[in-house]
Amino acid sequence: MLSSMFHEAWSAMGANRLRTLLTMLGMVIGVGAVVLMMAVGQGAQYAVAQSISSMGSNLFVVLSGFTNAGGVRSGAGNAPTLTVGDAQAIAELSGVVAAAPTHQGSAQLVYGANNWNAFVIGSTPDYLTVRSWPLVSGQPFTESDLRAATRVALIGKTAAENLFGQDDPVGKTLRIGQAPYQILGVLAAKGQSLDGRDQDDVLVIPLTTAQRKLFGSPFQGSVRAIMVKAESPEVMPQVESAIVALLRQRHRLREGQENDFSVRNLAAVADSAAETTRVMSLLLGAIASVSLLVGGIGIMNIMLVSVTERTREIGIRMAIGARERDILTQFLFEAILISVAGCLIGLVLGVGGAVLVNLLTDTPVVISGSTVLVAFSVAAGVGIFFGFYPARKAARLDPIEALRYQ
Amino acid sequence: MAQPVIRITALHKAYETPAGPFPVLKDVNLEIQPGEFVAIMGPSGSGKSTFMNILGCLDRPSSGTYELDGRSVAAMDKDETARLRNRTLGFVFQGFNLLPRMSLEDNVALPLVYSQVDKPERRARARELLARVGLEKYAASLPNRISGGQQQRVAIARALVNKPRLILADEPTGNLDSHTSEEIMALFNELNREGITIVLVTHEPDIAQHAARQVRFLDGRIVRDEPTHPQPQPSC
Repeated sequence: MLSSMFHEAWSAMGANRLRTLLTMLGMVIGVGAVVLMMAVGQGAQYAVAQSISSMGSNLFVVLSGFTNAGGVRSGAGNAPTLTVGDAQAIAELSGVVAAAPTHQGSAQLVYGANNWNAFVIGSTPDYLTVRSWPLVSGQPFTESDLRAATRVALIGKTAAENLFGQDDPVGKTLRIGQAPYQILGVLAAKGQSLDGRDQDDVLVIPLTTAQRKLFGSPFQGSVRAIMVKAESPEVMPQVESAIVALLRQRHRLREGQENDFSVRNLAAVADSAAETTRVMSLLLGAIASVSLLVGGIGIMNIMLVSVTERTREIGIRMAIGARERDILTQFLFEAILISVAGCLIGLVLGVGGAVLVNLLTDTPVVISGSTVLVAFSVAAGVGIFFGFYPARKAARLDPIEALRYQ
Repeated sequence: MAQPVIRITALHKAYETPAGPFPVLKDVNLEIQPGEFVAIMGPSGSGKSTFMNILGCLDRPSSGTYELDGRSVAAMDKDETARLRNRTLGFVFQGFNLLPRMSLEDNVALPLVYSQVDKPERRARARELLARVGLEKYAASLPNRISGGQQQRVAIARALVNKPRLILADEPTGNLDSHTSEEIMALFNELNREGITIVLVTHEPDIAQHAARQVRFLDGRIVRDEPTHPQPQPSC
């Protein structure tokens, strides 16, 4: 029964190929647009999720305050208000996994004939824990390196490739200015940060080395920023207020006095970025769905024309014993076949388009099974929904009238 | 005596018009026994087409009863009348009414699709019937590749494919020349001899001569119902 229905619907579609193709085109464009938009949207979501997890999850950054010299205010992080002691105290708070003070800047790195300007971060061994940043080879520096301010370094992927090419940097020695730094380990690749910066173009050295030997610091023991990792997203608000209370106490700030530091919740920033992309991709999907709706109306239109054109055929079928149900199924099946065939072509074009977008613009795209499933069931649904009215119209025809129809 | 195939009593049919009901059939009574060959005659507007539609379960009487094979059609729902049209009746139309996009074999097999016969058997039966009307070599052709007389023979094959008890033919020779008409009528006569009841509408007396009984309609009533008198063949 199904195969003969398929055969009949196929021959009916083949009877007016151009019209069938044009009708299908509506579905092709609709499904193609939905798939493409969802792929790009989900790609953007994926990219944001990647940068969030690459930053390290449940992260706070505590920045030191600004200076105000005769009305000229420096940016946050420029007044020497935070200390290594603050970081150690924060690490003791409940709900905090680790806290790493950082002092950073950029420097020209030289190895053999190569030189490269990279971001240099001075921190403690806890930095890797806070950023959830594993090593791919070698080993991290230790507390004793920190105490002795030794010239050792961990190198990021990008910096390593630019200086060492294919060679393994571990154990090699690079220079910053005239000072030699021994590479202890290579950091795993993290990719871009939310603002598009390459997080792998980096050199991590002990905080003391950075402060005393590389950048210098007006106040020994003071740092510009402390990175804090909380245990879970749930404890973050409570950890944030604990940090504020602790630092106010340590900095001896009186009631009503402004904080001489600021606490930034990176997870909140990341969440809002994720939410934005999610809304954007939803919006794109919604706009694309409108074309799916238009495609469905096109199917309904053509099915109505087809029912009118084939009135006589319907009359003949009824005269030789077709029940209303048989006629209804026949036309419904045709509508579904058109929409599903259009959907398949649209799926191929949408996926192809997404791959093309990925190749041409380097935008990440994600084609998930659920997108395909949704597009497919929507297409079948559109076929049933918009095919039902014409099919019912056909099934309700009066056989005598239909037979007389010229 | 066997039960009549068709028993019609006090049948009235009126169409609703803005000016009130317009009567088309008035108090029609008719019995047709199994194996009869009946010609229904009458001028256009006499109600014979409406009568055929009612016989074919395509239309319902306004009042009166119609029993087909002893069962009252008025009591049936649409699916049951569709089943009757499919299994008990076979239609032959003036305009042949083959589906233009289907091969002749598929056209003949179409009623079997609606009685859930599986494909190999549909093919076999359609081939058998096409052979019966002498057109098996055109099985795969489309209807527009053969002549009108051949198309009508295919239509008759289609009417026969579900082994009906009764064939209803509405002006089956109306679109054919006299020679082809004779061939078609010979085919009807042959089927009738095999025991199939045939009711045929025509306005041509020559065609009606092939039937054993002639019923004449005028203004919605049966005005004459008698056996066919053998006429001397005109010699030319």
